[in-house]
Amino acid sequence: MKRAVLDALIADHAAKRPVALATELSSGRQCLVYADGTEGELELAEDVLGTAHKALVDDRSFTAETANGAVFILVFNPPLRMVIVGAVHIAQLLAPMAALAGYEVTMVDPRRAFATDARFPDFTVTVEWPDEALERIAPDRRTAVVTLTHDPKLDDPALAVALRSEAFYIGSLGSKKTHAARLERLAELGFGETDFARIHGPVGLPLGAASPAEIAISIMAQVTQVLHQKRAAA
Amino acid sequence: MQDPDDVLKRAADWRAAGKGVAIATVVSTWGSSPRPVGSQLAVDESGAMAGSVSGGCIEGAVVTEALEVIRDGRPRLLDFGVTNELAWEVGLACGGKMQVYLERLE
Repeated sequence: MKRAVLDALIADHAAKRPVALATELSSGRQCLVYADGTEGELELAEDVLGTAHKALVDDRSFTAETANGAVFILVFNPPLRMVIVGAVHIAQLLAPMAALAGYEVTMVDPRRAFATDARFPDFTVTVEWPDEALERIAPDRRTAVVTLTHDPKLDDPALAVALRSEAFYIGSLGSKKTHAARLERLAELGFGETDFARIHGPVGLPLGAASPAEIAISIMAQVTQVLHQKRAAA
Repeated sequence: MQDPDDVLKRAADWRAAGKGVAIATVVSTWGSSPRPVGSQLAVDESGAMAGSVSGGCIEGAVVTEALEVIRDGRPRLLDFGVTNELAWEVGLACGGKMQVYLERLE
């Protein structure tokens, strides 16, 4: 690998620019594939370029068989994202777990007593109202949204924006009773069964979790499960 | 999917410090394998590692080959699996098979 290629990969990562590295395995020649063009000494046929673009969208690295032999397409996408609404105790444990799993975490809580840098020294915390924050963050299909306040005036606006987005995971903390009441309120906002099915509530895999750390584990486990189920289905 | 923060940045730092560096990448897997396609391991000329290409099963063999790649600059494709003698020695206990591409950072 040439230094210029490596430096470009590192710069693209910093700029959160999706890029794929194509390597001709027989020769070692390489090029970088972007949505709008390529850079480097390896020239790719039109169809190979097409599969490289698809690999970027699918977030899946693979080896393409071409007329010149095997070309390995290695995808570097920006990090997955997680938006946590409610800078509560569980969030203090969930945020570092998500970061370890490769997520870029944003915490949303307009209650300044919760959303302090002292509680979340390593994370972005915004005190915007949840719907405004979510609209700005614009969840895509590589974003998970988790609401933890179980306060309708904070959770509901966040869920409303998340449900209108492509977020691959939406989870909402609260008991079965709380969740049932939540769905009734969302129904009044015009959401229906298809939307309700997208919300994981009560949030997390049923591990019998009790402590904040255990609940965070159950949420992270469920987010991971849904991510891979959706990838396998893609 | 990949986070070049760890592996590639470390590789760049090593190279900038004047060290020889090789990068190993998992390009295909069959059956069970501990690390997915695209996983990377950087190795410097002293055998120091960043990242991983398995659960520790083949790293030793990859480092040995990486030192060769750092010396001769020739990229190669390594096969690991039950049919491979080297794999018998280093052991892919999961019974899986994998291919690892090794290249020198110029």
